[in-house]
Amino acid sequence: MHLLQVQNLRTTFRIDAGQVQAVRGISFYVKKGESLGIVGESGSGKSVSMLSIMKLLPQNAELQADHVQFNGQDLNQIDQKEMRKMLGSEIGMIFQDPMSSLNPLLTIGDQIVEPIRIHQKISKEAARKKAIDILRIVEIPSPEKRLKQYPHEFSGGMRQRVMIAIAISCNPKLLIADEPTTALDVTIQAQILDLMHDLKNKMQTSIVMITHDLGVIANMCNRVLVMYGGTIVEEGTIREIFYQPKHPYTWGLIKSIPTVSTGKREKLIPIPGSPPDLIAPPKGCPFTARCEYAMKICEKIPPQQITLSETHRAACWLMHPKASGVAKEVTV
Amino acid sequence: MVASKEKLLEVRHLKKHFEMKKGLFASSKSVLKAVDDISFSINKGETFGLVGESGCGKTTVGRTILKLYEPTSGQILYKDTPIEGLLHKEMLPYRKKMQMIFQDPYASLDPRMTVGEIIADPLIVHSMYSGKERMDRVKELIELVGLQRDHLNRYPHEFSGGQRQRIGIARALAVEPEFLICDEPISALDVSIQAQVVNMLEELQEKFGLTYLFVSHDLSMVRHMSHKVGVMYLGSLVEYSEVDELYTNMQHPYTQALLSALPIADPDRAEQSERIHLQGDVPSPINPPSGCAFRTRCKFAMQVCSEEKPLLRDIGNSHMVACHLSNQ
Repeated sequence: MHLLQVQNLRTTFRIDAGQVQAVRGISFYVKKGESLGIVGESGSGKSVSMLSIMKLLPQNAELQADHVQFNGQDLNQIDQKEMRKMLGSEIGMIFQDPMSSLNPLLTIGDQIVEPIRIHQKISKEAARKKAIDILRIVEIPSPEKRLKQYPHEFSGGMRQRVMIAIAISCNPKLLIADEPTTALDVTIQAQILDLMHDLKNKMQTSIVMITHDLGVIANMCNRVLVMYGGTIVEEGTIREIFYQPKHPYTWGLIKSIPTVSTGKREKLIPIPGSPPDLIAPPKGCPFTARCEYAMKICEKIPPQQITLSETHRAACWLMHPKASGVAKEVTV
Repeated sequence: MVASKEKLLEVRHLKKHFEMKKGLFASSKSVLKAVDDISFSINKGETFGLVGESGCGKTTVGRTILKLYEPTSGQILYKDTPIEGLLHKEMLPYRKKMQMIFQDPYASLDPRMTVGEIIADPLIVHSMYSGKERMDRVKELIELVGLQRDHLNRYPHEFSGGQRQRIGIARALAVEPEFLICDEPISALDVSIQAQVVNMLEELQEKFGLTYLFVSHDLSMVRHMSHKVGVMYLGSLVEYSEVDELYTNMQHPYTQALLSALPIADPDRAEQSERIHLQGDVPSPINPPSGCAFRTRCKFAMQVCSEEKPLLRDIGNSHMVACHLSNQ
């Protein structure tokens, strides 16, 4: 059985203009000890789907799922209060912006000790010792001294290390990292990614990595979900997604980034247009309007997920036998 | 692209120091050396890429060239004319030739002006065209950047990030500039939109023979866009060369580390690649290390690195490196 199993998750937000269908029926799983990447552009539903699972949504959100199971527990059945007990202890979260996700009025020590004391019910002194150990694990030098300092005394990379320390303080089974390195410089990003990689191996934690950077995915993850317009358009191992992508959006993503090794001035191939409006999402495939291979059927009926291998699935009409191999030859 | 080897802009020993205010009773003022003795030149019709991490001074270089900051010392030559000492009024004709595209398309457009007003604004400032002609020019510009005429009556909030960046580019092009400073023009955009904007910048460059200073932290985009590249660390250029020479023959340990830190979007190569680990963070520019600023994070650091600041030296192929290692 998988650590996290989600069936047909839907999240909508009520706003003045109507209902924003941010996540439109997605199903996926996270295995024990693996790291799963979720890519997609802003507004494709990557963050909202993870926040939905943790029930961390604002008042105007509506959540539906056929089935959400985490570590043998049915999350559909438990209320917000019980969920809060699991957050921090069994599910850890790292946010994008380390500048605004730490409390500026509390010392780093207070912020690490707090979840440990709440979830593990140990003495102040023991919790402080544990906090020092954790700061050592995330490679913050002279942790005894750092514990007494405030967030403004830390650099961006150091703050993100503190965030990771808080997230792993109770040995969570699942770590959700929402663009953990987007706000950081490349050299610091490399340090943080290496750290997360080591932690994953050491602690056997599963990681869900939300990012828009395919480079981060290729370096960190075992499997990838590609999201577009609130749906999963393709899913596979990193090799399947990078070397045998089947969905035109995945092709577009891979082709639109320059690589350092390619010579200069080779024209980039952008994806034309912009993402769909999720208040009135298209009836068929959400990518139709931007897809150069779009057929009549794409506008009318949403494509079904087609299984290509045990791990590889894609939702695109091009793979239908009647699509006569319109774009089967496309290589990336 | 035809690139004549005519220098459009040259910067000589440019310095920009900011005085930091300390407490009322502090005895000495501390100085933040954002840009400390930088020299480079950009040929007409070419792109100069300036890379580095946050706080290395790359944005300050761009802003100082436009004299949005008064340079502390050094020379800025635009077509061989020094412009660093010009008064505001004397600067106006140069302002028309040098324009800027900003990083954040959400903050750089006035939310209370329509798109038409935003694009027309520089034309009004520089008293170009009037009445109907001005309107025609604005319509021409909005189509030039791939938007439609009926967008002109809308407000910035009705547009996506990529579209806003197009509006910013239309505004910059309104006064027919020769030189554009692009300060991280794509880093706030989604990947699929980044390629649209980059391709458009390249097409515009070919069409109008524009010269770009492309400021970015994205090494792969810089390689894609630039003819020459300069790598900055803590206010100084550490390496500077033609783009292919730089990317195939990097000499400075910082450049090497910067490139190896870049996650490669290819699982097989990502597995094979050896990352160079840089320890710690960039030191504070208020109190930079003595000698070579990079020595505190450099695994090759020697005695001489703490004593003497390495100067940019040509190691052949007009490839300039500031490192004691390449002196040996």
